[in-house]
Amino acid sequence: MQRHDEIPSAGAVKVVRKPNGLGKNLITAAVIGWFLVMILVPVIGIVKQAFGSGWKPFISSLLTSATGHSFILTLAITAAAVVLNTFFGVILALTLVNQRFPGKLLFEGLVDLPFAVSPVVAGFMFIILFGPKGWMGQWFEAGGVKIVYAVPGMLIATLFVTLPFVAREIIPVLREFGLEQQEAAYILGASRWRTFWRVTLPSIRWGLAYGVTLTIARAIGEFGAVLVVSGSIINKTQTATLHIHQEFTDFNYVGAFSAAIILALLSFVILTAMQRLNRRKGV
Amino acid sequence: MGILVDHISKRFGDFVAVDDVGFTVEAGELVALLGPSGSGKSTILRIIAGLETPDRGEIFLTGRDVTSLSIQKRKVGFVFQHYALFKHMSVEKNIAFGLEIQKQNKDYVRDKVNELINLVKLKGYEKQYPDQLSGGQRQRVALARALATEPKVLLLDEPFGALDAKVRDNLAQWLREFHHKLNITSIFVTHDQNEAIEISDKIVVINRGRVEQFGDARSVYEHPDSKFVASFIGQVNVVDAVARDRELYIKDTAFRIENRTGEPLRDGDVVLLVRPEDVELTAESGKDAVPVEINRIHYRGSHYEIDCAVGGIELHVSENKNNFQRQQWRQHQRVFAGFKNYRVFEAEEGHHRIHEKLKELGYIE
Repeated sequence: MQRHDEIPSAGAVKVVRKPNGLGKNLITAAVIGWFLVMILVPVIGIVKQAFGSGWKPFISSLLTSATGHSFILTLAITAAAVVLNTFFGVILALTLVNQRFPGKLLFEGLVDLPFAVSPVVAGFMFIILFGPKGWMGQWFEAGGVKIVYAVPGMLIATLFVTLPFVAREIIPVLREFGLEQQEAAYILGASRWRTFWRVTLPSIRWGLAYGVTLTIARAIGEFGAVLVVSGSIINKTQTATLHIHQEFTDFNYVGAFSAAIILALLSFVILTAMQRLNRRKGV
Repeated sequence: MGILVDHISKRFGDFVAVDDVGFTVEAGELVALLGPSGSGKSTILRIIAGLETPDRGEIFLTGRDVTSLSIQKRKVGFVFQHYALFKHMSVEKNIAFGLEIQKQNKDYVRDKVNELINLVKLKGYEKQYPDQLSGGQRQRVALARALATEPKVLLLDEPFGALDAKVRDNLAQWLREFHHKLNITSIFVTHDQNEAIEISDKIVVINRGRVEQFGDARSVYEHPDSKFVASFIGQVNVVDAVARDRELYIKDTAFRIENRTGEPLRDGDVVLLVRPEDVELTAESGKDAVPVEINRIHYRGSHYEIDCAVGGIELHVSENKNNFQRQQWRQHQRVFAGFKNYRVFEAEEGHHRIHEKLKELGYIE
């Protein structure tokens, strides 16, 4: 009998596996359950609040000038931040990968600083720097340009918090890409400029696209740094996130949650794009 | 004239990569830059191509001083060890790249690409991407790409280094024929002495950033100027000896051989370098023959390798099949070894250190 137990038949194998399968299923169920609680429930909560009084208040709260202005401002700042940070991010990454200069390691570490510094702290930093009494703010003030509590300050704050994304995403791609293909292009007569467009850029395009998407996501969702430097003036310096915050603190829950849904939808689109790009990046 | 490298030097920080290197390559010649890794041979090639700037010295290509000319304007062909193909471009796009940069007309580009595809035997692979090709195929694409713009000079940096042995031999042979056909002035970098001897017209032996010897393959192999060259180019036995009164005594033995190298020697420690095929084993004692014992016999297909011992020194002997079968050597047999050809160098370094060095470089076991 004992011998029989040691050499299980096909049926016995199934019996042995069953508790294992059950354990696995339990873990899977627990994981899914946890994420439902953490993600789906809050989303349902937002939707319920936004449509609590039906479609009409939802639509009308989105059509107020304050909401419209806040979304336009968010998109404008995001667009500017993406353009500027893509441009400088690519230059930064090319410099860090291809050039040799003293203090390079330290400099490379500094690039990540915006990741480490709390956005609120960054915001205060810019107030100190660009505020009416700050040592750079005085200059601009004298020239009649307002930086803090105005859109330029918000753009600077957004640029700061999103600075590392593009560079960080393409640095490893560039490293792997190496210098050889660029050197091969030079030897074949291509100038630096043409080599960049025809050889380097096509090789880093997916990494770059991923970095841009991260920049967009972060710029749209930015709250702390922008809150500090903007002063959150309705119809002037209020971005979408600041607007939602304002509505919420004013007990206008329908307004807050309606805007939040739109922002969440935007994030969802970006998330999908990110997943697609991340898959291609590996190819 | 093809290429003139005129006393170039290059440092990277404290490291002297290239130290006063000069040599000439005649038009149409194929020259090997041969040396161990880190000897500076690749840096020399990169300086010729313009990828590095020398601290001192000049480079002339086809009679023109190009030292201050940009990479783009030197118009050399360059083949990288790891191919450096443009991964996002198909085979034909890779080959056409240089021509498109030159803004050649479309018909010309198409004809030229076709011609090169045929030349490197890649018909049918035009639309493939580098990732879809084998190492040997990629290297042929790289070669076709380098030749598309019809450069006067072709530079190859360890062109077969990343390939496995069989592919390498085929490709090396093919490159040789190919060079005969095109007759383009070429330099290739290698650390493989067999490759250098097999393919090139001349060899520049590089060690520690300096030229150790420059000459045709035969003279470099048979008349090495230094211990380094002798040991680097092919297998070699290192035999310690003492020079006294025009005679050489094998160290720690009483065996004596006459100094037939024709080189005057100061009395003192010397090193004999003898190639395995230059040791002749005989059953009978003769003039200048040293008694040895056969330790092991290895069958190598075309020849036999016989390990002998004289005193504490191991001697590797290579003997062709016919000779071996006539003599019927057996293990533990006591025989006599004569040195048909050898080089003597004064041993400024002790036996031990030379051995260590050669072991480290991987030339002896």
